[in-house]
Amino acid sequence: MGSIARSWSQLPRVVRIVIALFVIVFAPIIIKQIELITNFGLLTQINRALIYVVLALGLNIVVGFAGLLDLGYAAFFAIGAYTFGLLTWPTHEIGTPFFIALWVCAAVAAVFGILIGTPTLRLRGDYLAIVTLAFGEIIPTAVRNMSNVTIRIGPWTLLDGFNMTNGSQGLVPLGKPDFGWFEQIFHLEPGTLRVGVDPTFWYFVIVMMAVLVLFVARRLEDSRLGRAWKAIREDETAADFMGVDPIRTKLLAFALGASFSGLAGVVFASMLGAIFPDLFRFQVSIFLLIIVVLSGMGNVLGVLIGGLIISLFDGVFLAQVLPPLFPDVDVQQLRWVFFGIGLLLIMVFRPQGLFPVGQGKRRPAFLDIKREPEQLSAEADAGIKMKGAG
Amino acid sequence: MSNDVQIFIQQVIIGLTTGGYLALIALGYTMVYGIIELINFAHGDLFALGFFISLVLFKAVDAPRPLEGPWLIIVLPLVFLVTMLLTGGLNMLIDRVAYRPLRRAPRLAPLLTAVGMSFVLEALYAIWQGPGQINYPQYFPRMNILRDTLQLDTFILFSSKDIFLFAVTIPLVIGLTLFIDRTRMGKAMRACAQDREAAAMMGINVNRVIAITFFIGGALAGAAGTVWGLYLNTGRFLMGFEAGLMAFTAAVLGGIGNVRGAVLGAFVIGMVKAISDGYISSGWTRVVIFGTLILLLVFRPSGILGSTQGIEKV
Repeated sequence: MGSIARSWSQLPRVVRIVIALFVIVFAPIIIKQIELITNFGLLTQINRALIYVVLALGLNIVVGFAGLLDLGYAAFFAIGAYTFGLLTWPTHEIGTPFFIALWVCAAVAAVFGILIGTPTLRLRGDYLAIVTLAFGEIIPTAVRNMSNVTIRIGPWTLLDGFNMTNGSQGLVPLGKPDFGWFEQIFHLEPGTLRVGVDPTFWYFVIVMMAVLVLFVARRLEDSRLGRAWKAIREDETAADFMGVDPIRTKLLAFALGASFSGLAGVVFASMLGAIFPDLFRFQVSIFLLIIVVLSGMGNVLGVLIGGLIISLFDGVFLAQVLPPLFPDVDVQQLRWVFFGIGLLLIMVFRPQGLFPVGQGKRRPAFLDIKREPEQLSAEADAGIKMKGAG
Repeated sequence: MSNDVQIFIQQVIIGLTTGGYLALIALGYTMVYGIIELINFAHGDLFALGFFISLVLFKAVDAPRPLEGPWLIIVLPLVFLVTMLLTGGLNMLIDRVAYRPLRRAPRLAPLLTAVGMSFVLEALYAIWQGPGQINYPQYFPRMNILRDTLQLDTFILFSSKDIFLFAVTIPLVIGLTLFIDRTRMGKAMRACAQDREAAAMMGINVNRVIAITFFIGGALAGAAGTVWGLYLNTGRFLMGFEAGLMAFTAAVLGGIGNVRGAVLGAFVIGMVKAISDGYISSGWTRVVIFGTLILLLVFRPSGILGSTQGIEKV
């Protein structure tokens, strides 16, 4: 693994980009061939996996870079998806175009990130985790209840019995991106792209989003802001003394992480064409956290690879390969046994994750197991003896 | 009495009973947090386990419903005892496997293993008992005391089951406070909560104290699960998650690490839940309770009675 990574990084940049483009473009063709043999809907699964990668990259900013444990990240995903739903659900008659709604939703999610972050970021790590978890529970519950919203301020009735989210029945159908201009420019017949129906179409939309997010995450990692995040993660007091504003830095992590999940929420909602409150349960937050922790926190490429592996393991192996092999066992129920035990084993035996951050970059301090004092003093003794012998 | 007053009194009774079983769960959270500063995420699932184990035990001995005579005097306490031993033992085992190896790790690592543990337990319950609502038969005899026994003209429901719930929870809570205040082990627990390293230097076996804390917490949660089953007669594999979050809110409200505070917090949260269910809408109750939790952590993280932990504010 390490040697492959090393020889990859030694290739010239142009070659790397060409190879990556080549893989991205030809992947659907190869996958189509595999789909002829198997019957997994593999491309759909890959689309889903890539959306999870985008979400995990956003969570990685919060948890991996800034070291803030967020147990309710799915709330921002829900906010992105539901804002898109409000803007494009035909009943509301707003009909915002996809590419405008995309940025609006990312911005709304970021605003919510700041709203929940501002009062809570002063809290200690585990209290912050619980606050975010509570927030993650509040959003889907509120969405489920907002099918009949009445707002009155004094004598004025702003909204009366307004069906905002359609409760647990969810919002169906939702807006699709409009690529009519593309067909016009290239003089294609209308409908050639099969917008919104064809998984190959969505594959390219999602890959574009993933590449954008990956690029931003990579650039952020070693930027001034990224270094400030890591400084806060390692030692907040020391970072504060060095002139890093902890609250502002953490808020930026929350806002950027939330905006990533807002983007993912829009694409997810538009791809499915329907959203329900149950899609954004606590399990989603934990699934994303598992991706980030298993892949090695703070490692952008690790999260990309780990996210693909784990989501495909979940969507293809657990959901489609195993059930026919073991018809008597309900594999879907065993799913969380696998993930729970995986999380346990990783935390106990390999807290740095599968793809730890490389040498020279430190992993999050909150994963370092402190050495026993005896061990430290033994090392100190050994040092003294060696000096004495020298 | 007018109807409104009767409805209000009914909600108060529901709130107090909810507070009763929440108190038993909240005690486990607050004790574990008091000693090792871990939010034991899997704790709520032991409450669910208590529900399942007692149900299986009742079915195994083929108990009559409702229980009567010797069944009520001998079998019922035995079921409680066995359930509490098993849930307490499992909680001790969880500590040994999942938390003890990470004792010196920064505090977010065991929190993550606790989340993992919770998911494993929930998935196992779903496989063991099925994912649907589970019916817990009416084992405890049900009598409407106010109307049928006392012949009062009211529709307030205060039954023998309410009395039973308090008859189980109040002695357990008092017993625990006495245990912590009066016994040597209780003293060792308080010492560990103040300063684990200093306690170890004084010759206290800290790991043993922690194991016993987990045992007691698990046993109380198991008792709460049994009470819930006998009282509400229905449950689900995920019931521990929700009840656990509410009990945790209660523990924070009372001041985490503070045993009396946890009990007080549980009754406050029980009332909040009952009032919200009765006067707002049960759909919004989660929002109300978790909103309370957020506001509480933001504005008064040390709770009503003050926590035994010095909450660092950096």
